[in-house]
Amino acid sequence: MSAYEAILLTIITASTPLLLAAIGELVVERSGVLNLGLEGMMVMGAVCGFAMAQVTGSPWLGVLMAMLAGIAMSMLFAFLTQTLVTNQVATGLSITLLGLGLSGLIGSGFVGMPGIKLEYISIPVLSDLPVVGKLVFGQDPLVYISILLVLGVSYMLKRTRMGLIIRAVGQNHDSAHALGYSVIKVRYACIAFGGMTSGLAGAYLSLVYTPQWIENMTAGRGWIALALVVFSTWLPGRLAAGAYLFGGVWILGLYAQGMGVGIPSQLLSSLPYLATILALIVISTNRRLSVINTPASLGQGFVPDR
Amino acid sequence: MSSSTLTEAAPSSKGSAQALLAVKSVSKKFGDFVANDAIDLSLEAGKIHALLGENGAGKSTLVKMIYGALQPTSGQIIWQGEALCIDNPAAARELGIGMVFQHFSLFEALTVTENISLALPPHLRTSDLEERIASLSQDYGLPLNPQALVVDLSVGERQRIEIVRCLLQEPRLLIMDEPTAVLTPQEAEALFATLNRLTTEGCAVLYISHRLEEVKQLCHDATILRHGKVVAQLDPQLETAATLAQHMVGTSVHEVSRQECEQSGEVALQLSNLKQMADTPFGVHLLDINLQVRSGEIMAIAGVAGNGQGELFSVLSGEVINDVAGAISIQGEACGQMGINARRQLHAAFVPEERNGHGAVADFSLTENILLSRHAVADGQQPLHKGWAGIDRAELASVNQSVAKKYDVRSASIDAEAGSLSGGNLQKFVVGRELERQPKVLVINQPTWGVDAGAAALIRQALIDLSRQGSAILVISQDLDEIFELADRIAVISRGHLSASHFASEMTREDIGLLMSKEETSHPVSSLSEGGA
Repeated sequence: MSAYEAILLTIITASTPLLLAAIGELVVERSGVLNLGLEGMMVMGAVCGFAMAQVTGSPWLGVLMAMLAGIAMSMLFAFLTQTLVTNQVATGLSITLLGLGLSGLIGSGFVGMPGIKLEYISIPVLSDLPVVGKLVFGQDPLVYISILLVLGVSYMLKRTRMGLIIRAVGQNHDSAHALGYSVIKVRYACIAFGGMTSGLAGAYLSLVYTPQWIENMTAGRGWIALALVVFSTWLPGRLAAGAYLFGGVWILGLYAQGMGVGIPSQLLSSLPYLATILALIVISTNRRLSVINTPASLGQGFVPDR
Repeated sequence: MSSSTLTEAAPSSKGSAQALLAVKSVSKKFGDFVANDAIDLSLEAGKIHALLGENGAGKSTLVKMIYGALQPTSGQIIWQGEALCIDNPAAARELGIGMVFQHFSLFEALTVTENISLALPPHLRTSDLEERIASLSQDYGLPLNPQALVVDLSVGERQRIEIVRCLLQEPRLLIMDEPTAVLTPQEAEALFATLNRLTTEGCAVLYISHRLEEVKQLCHDATILRHGKVVAQLDPQLETAATLAQHMVGTSVHEVSRQECEQSGEVALQLSNLKQMADTPFGVHLLDINLQVRSGEIMAIAGVAGNGQGELFSVLSGEVINDVAGAISIQGEACGQMGINARRQLHAAFVPEERNGHGAVADFSLTENILLSRHAVADGQQPLHKGWAGIDRAELASVNQSVAKKYDVRSASIDAEAGSLSGGNLQKFVVGRELERQPKVLVINQPTWGVDAGAAALIRQALIDLSRQGSAILVISQDLDEIFELADRIAVISRGHLSASHFASEMTREDIGLLMSKEETSHPVSSLSEGGA
């Protein structure tokens, strides 16, 4: 494997957890809900996935468990914000704090254990192709799932009735309610989807990226994913571009550091943030497009009047 | 042969025809409050039936029960001879009852087709919906581009979306809630043609309106509600607007009196080449606006909603700061870059359109609301604050009392929460709060929007009296009746452009209508005569 291939592969693995977490949050926000508990749901996914894989010996059961843990956390968020109509920002923040604390408790017995890595899919023949072989046909399964999710969400939002209803609920929940759509149910479903993908993102960290459990191992990726959603102006294609850009600059920074380039390491490690912000600012200069895609009732609780 | 002539003749002979929809002694109570008291109403196929009444007379309660959004406390709703219970709007649509709301339930960021599709029952969501919308809208003279985003459409076009949506469901009864409130006179004519065409096809229309002239022009029957009761059922063609109004209000409405103004006052408010770009795609750019309002006169700006009135008000009041100080001057002072309090200190006052949330804070008491717009201005009266930051409650209470007295603000207690006042009383309070200062310049947006006739007459008279005492008043309004009642001069705003002003005595409604639609080039109002009047 050439160095070039290795760099590209690490870029993809570094970007995938961001992409997984962000694509779910994108759907959540399109339905008009702001879930700041991404980090907490991710880290719970990471620890539960790791624990399940350790106990059963199957990383796939670990992945499943991670998704369930993410959904469980998101349903707590949904119950509080949708049924009890609590403030979404405060509730999201407390979900993050809860997740970080609870995951430390659950994971205390697993710290330092060698992990079980999810098998790479290696399509025979194709993955031996020069240049693109490993890159396109030799990734781990979650990478393919993340790409399918982006394509699926993009199609769903743009082309299907379900997507139309989600956008309508996020645009104007009063009108959607008046037309007979159940705002609360639609939002519950979207929040559950968001919980599932952030659980997956957590599983990616503890079962693929660095197969072990370290307390607080999400290290702020949930927040980056949240920022990507906003900067992508709620468009899945831009979201994927933003996630890969972030991962790319990050990894290149690491390589540069390794090769001893004379740039302070602090500057290098802040580069991905700067690059992402710059790129996305340039993209979002089309204000009309961004305002039209912005869910107008984002973050507002909905109380039906009857 | 003879039987077929009988059935054809049946709908037109009044007494014997079976009503499409009959409401029999329907009442609706909210707690102790009786919104509808034993209402009887009968709608026939092929007829336009007007439902008249002041705000709070119970029109919308009645309509909501017919449309299934509310359930009657007692009484029966009979559809084609069969008593039934309409549980929800979907059930009403199933029966063939369609409704066009006053405040549209549209999604701005979605396309016309998407908006219509969201509101259709599953069996009508066909893949060729876009073509059906196009052909239907063409057929009825309601031009619409199915792929356009709602954001980009005028209010008239938005209403067409709602109408087309109803028509796709082939309604037997169409309910229209104040449909012309947002239309230019020409757009209203086009709407009447569509309604007439629908009735010739056998559809019944229940038509709610405040505009008595158009009711006379359009409707076959009228039911008038007052305080939740039916006070009259009559043929509007045989009445005058004045007699209809008398039925609605109960007494004859106090006529607003006005003397001609001298046109010799000094320019108190001047706009010179005012430009203001909207900061969202939903807003309207204001382009090169020039205007002079003299002391002692009332200038009215007419226009259909959403043509820049809100933006103009914000930039005049200082809620939005302009880049050019000299673009706006109040009493000769360039103030384009001043904030709202600095402008108030130049003896200007501002009354926004939205009384609840913009003009007043609903959760605050009336005296606290007085402080909100008056804390920075003394105007020769006692300041409302003590020392550095104290509030002079006693002075506030006395201002509040005099506002309540002069402008007949009725509330449960003298210092009630603003949100507990009815719309008309809160509007009288919000207007009175500013007028009590005797401002030299007053800018007021929609002074009597959604206010009953009595309160409207009081507010209009107060505005006229203030101007005749030498103040310059700028009224922004969509209500042409109001404009002709108040204005000395009239200008028209359309898509962010302001026309030159003309003396009110030299203008007709048609002139204003033409100016209103001047900038709207997207759809000519031709091809609409086919409906026949």
